Amino acid sequence: MPSVVEKKKSLTFQELLFTLQRFWAEHGCVLQQPYDLEVGAGTMSPDTFLRVLGPKPISIAYAQPSRRPADGRYGENPNRLFRHTQLQVILKPPPERVQELYLESLVAIGIDLAQHDIKFEEDNWEWPVGGAWGVGWQVMLDGQEITQFTYFQQCGGMDLDPISGEITYGLERIAQFLQDLDSIYDIVWSRDPVTGAEMTYGQVRLHEEQQFSAYSFDYADVPSLWKHLELYEAECLALLARAKETLIEENTDALAILRFPVLGAYELALKCSHTFNLLDARGAISVTERVGVMGRIRNLIVGVAKIYAEQGRLTAAA
Amino acid sequence: MPDFLLEIGLEEVPARMIAAAQAELLKRTLALLIREQLVPADAVANSYSSPRRLAVVLHDVLAQQPDITEETTGPAVKIAFKDGVPTPAAEAFARKSGVAVADLKTISTPKGEYLAATALRKGRSAAEVLVAELPKEIASIYWAKNMYWRAGKPERFVRPVLWLVALLGEVVVPVTFAGKTAGRATYGHRVLSSGEPFEIVTPESYLAQLEGEYVLADVEVRRQKIRKALDHVTRAIPNARWREDHPLVDAVTHLTEWPDVLLGNFEAAYLDLPEEVLVTVMRDHQKYFAVEDARGKLAPHFLTVTNIALTEENAGIIRQGNERVLRARFNDARFFWEFDQRVPLVDRVKLLENVTFQKDLGSYAEKSNRVRTLAAVLAALSISRDAILDAPAIEAAAVLAKTDLTTELVKEFTELQGIIGGLYARSQGLPSTVADAIYDQYLPASAGDAIPRSAEGCVLGLADRVDTVASMFGLGMEPTGSKDPFALRRAANAIVKILAESTLPLTLSDVLTAAASAPEVLAKLHAFFTERIDFYLREARGQTYDVVKAAMAAGTDDLRDLIARAEAVTAVRGSEDFLAVSAAFKRMKNILTQANFHLESGVVFVEGEGAPERNLHRKYAELHAKVNELRQRRAYRDALEAIATIRPEVDAFFEQVMVMDPDPEIRAQRLTLLSTVVAGFSSIADFSEIVTVG
Repeated sequence: MPSVVEKKKSLTFQELLFTLQRFWAEHGCVLQQPYDLEVGAGTMSPDTFLRVLGPKPISIAYAQPSRRPADGRYGENPNRLFRHTQLQVILKPPPERVQELYLESLVAIGIDLAQHDIKFEEDNWEWPVGGAWGVGWQVMLDGQEITQFTYFQQCGGMDLDPISGEITYGLERIAQFLQDLDSIYDIVWSRDPVTGAEMTYGQVRLHEEQQFSAYSFDYADVPSLWKHLELYEAECLALLARAKETLIEENTDALAILRFPVLGAYELALKCSHTFNLLDARGAISVTERVGVMGRIRNLIVGVAKIYAEQGRLTAAA
Repeated sequence: MPDFLLEIGLEEVPARMIAAAQAELLKRTLALLIREQLVPADAVANSYSSPRRLAVVLHDVLAQQPDITEETTGPAVKIAFKDGVPTPAAEAFARKSGVAVADLKTISTPKGEYLAATALRKGRSAAEVLVAELPKEIASIYWAKNMYWRAGKPERFVRPVLWLVALLGEVVVPVTFAGKTAGRATYGHRVLSSGEPFEIVTPESYLAQLEGEYVLADVEVRRQKIRKALDHVTRAIPNARWREDHPLVDAVTHLTEWPDVLLGNFEAAYLDLPEEVLVTVMRDHQKYFAVEDARGKLAPHFLTVTNIALTEENAGIIRQGNERVLRARFNDARFFWEFDQRVPLVDRVKLLENVTFQKDLGSYAEKSNRVRTLAAVLAALSISRDAILDAPAIEAAAVLAKTDLTTELVKEFTELQGIIGGLYARSQGLPSTVADAIYDQYLPASAGDAIPRSAEGCVLGLADRVDTVASMFGLGMEPTGSKDPFALRRAANAIVKILAESTLPLTLSDVLTAAASAPEVLAKLHAFFTERIDFYLREARGQTYDVVKAAMAAGTDDLRDLIARAEAVTAVRGSEDFLAVSAAFKRMKNILTQANFHLESGVVFVEGEGAPERNLHRKYAELHAKVNELRQRRAYRDALEAIATIRPEVDAFFEQVMVMDPDPEIRAQRLTLLSTVVAGFSSIADFSEIVTVG
């Protein structure tokens, strides 16, 4: 059976990550470390969300553990995770024939394109809370969605120019696919080069799934979460208010402009977003409240995007 | 004469947009070349597409536009010449026309003598025209969603343009769009072709050359290949057939350049799940075709259309991958199905308090209560008119109808709301009348759908929708123009269809007054529904607009009666007598309108000296009794045929009598007669609306 042969050769989870990172590094990407704050997707890392704003070109790639409290299944569902891993690639502006480049990356991880059915199916991306949207595809490999491919058009409610191309690989799904497995937890994470002993995804991460599912669904203290949300929001709003006085044409203090903590404000907004997701998983947000709270967070995130763009403009002008 | 080929190479275009864009490119290119006199008005053209290209081939294009002689009129002679000497006005006109002053002519017009010039406009070459005009046509193609990609955002298109091919015969036409200048190089299939560009020789060789690089650019050829392959592959399973699904065939045709079909299997144990769920997973989420046995029952197989030729080597791998994905999705569905059943629908009623219906209209719990009351009113009314209905079942269904919105399965498969509620109701042992009413509650979702199977389902469907429509109107949120965010037109269409096609003894007023009481809201609702009824009669019943108007003028409240009247009018409208009587009625109405005559109650026509009046009146009196009797029995066709027999008397009347007699007494009598006839025969339809000429 060809699949058995393939399984033997297929990459471990960590080799998959190395290989894709090396591939994109060889194609000019800065390799960044995962963002050290809870995010729901690689898109929310400032390396994507803020860097796609403004005129500065950048090619950057990073793995991003992505937390989605409501998707947790106590480690009992073989296909759903509280925290999965995305490999995020941002190409600003995207090079010509970027799809071909992407397909080369699949070849690099051992996918022989002639032996598979690959399709680019329309899938547009929208993050209303970030005032962001783009058009693109989900890349389907033998019926499995393995990648989201998006051309960003707007972010923080602002038109982008140049636009960015975003490639988001779902690493667990690809590993599952390469290793031909029904359960994420059976993915071989690493193989000892000397003994050949294998560590599986389950051995490395199952306890996290069990405990964080329990925390998100059963333990997280709702009144405290609301309090956190309010505190983060208030501090973020205060920074946004101060930005209005600092990030202005008339301010001659270039250093004050440069040092204004837009990034700090963004982290506070991200904290709000994650806290909202926890409250949601706890079932603490009624449908009626939902729209209102999302509006508050949108206000923060779009506000930060605006002052980030403004800071960039003022700094470039100086 | 050479053919012209244009190919636009693109990154994968969304499947749903390709067919319309292909047709529009063809239409625009053809219209351009006809307008520019490069092809005749009846020119022939073909268009092609794949996910990565749109193409058009126009046959027999002229190399050059014909030269055109144009005559232009200039200034008046008396301004252009002073004492026989040309003025600056004459010189300017000559210069503008490209001729010498001496070559200007004088023409006579009703306004006097004017200068004129005859200029020869040289036709441009086809290549020149195409380079100048084609980019505008390409840029104008409509896309449901498009994007910017180049720095400075110079243009928007569905996806980045990668290459252009434009050939007039063997010659490249350097059309430029989106930063690309057309050449002859194109690309084949992403994987099966080498990945290197290759050159198209002529428009005639386009299709064959692409096929050589594993691209079937002719959409119909691709579609047929897929259908044949589906048939062929399904033959491997005895007595099985793939489930016909035109939209899905369409989708996969536009997702592939070199399609093939693969048969996959799933464990028969999943067949314990409701077929609706399995088919939705396969069709909507995976674009798989379902397979059924000879009795139409789902079989544990699926068909996937690949964008690559299957070989012994790759078929096993691709099948295994697809089967694994489907297994995971079925597992999820099974998990949700079992998980949801832990909380039966009856225990979910309370949960609806947390689900918002609309911010000003409260939760789904509140909506369910309103629907329950409305459904009870409509059921009681129907029963009082001898309908046989299970009122308790309707109440139970109304209470439970929306509870499936709280289930995981509906959150996962929103398109199955209602259906899933019905399935859970059945599996939880509720009576089938209740389960079916819940299952069918969103029928008809579109014009092509059937109405709910049972009368109980029809009552629930009416109550649910009239609550939505009347509540929204109550908030002043009626649809305007193209804006209908709450799909109220669709809801109203469904109400009309149920009233028209069910056996429920309910009128439109019954339904509307059950849901709304404020007179101004009711008036708006009636006006809104009048449009929907008009739409239904034309679109669903195929009635012409004049028949619809005529029949609706005699009442719209009883839908089934209205349809019967419209159909009767359509049946008799071919007869010469009927058309003549219709024309006469129009004349009568015009006369009455112009005379501003209104028949006062109690006033009747009194027979006098005039024979035509007397004859008309007697015939009317005779027919009126007969027509009324026929109308009572709803024998509308017979009634209309009877009315048409008044033609000789009407014709004689108009031939021999001048209605607007100078004597006011006589005039009033004649107008009274006409008014009586018109009023007496308008209870089936207003014949004056029937178009009788042309």
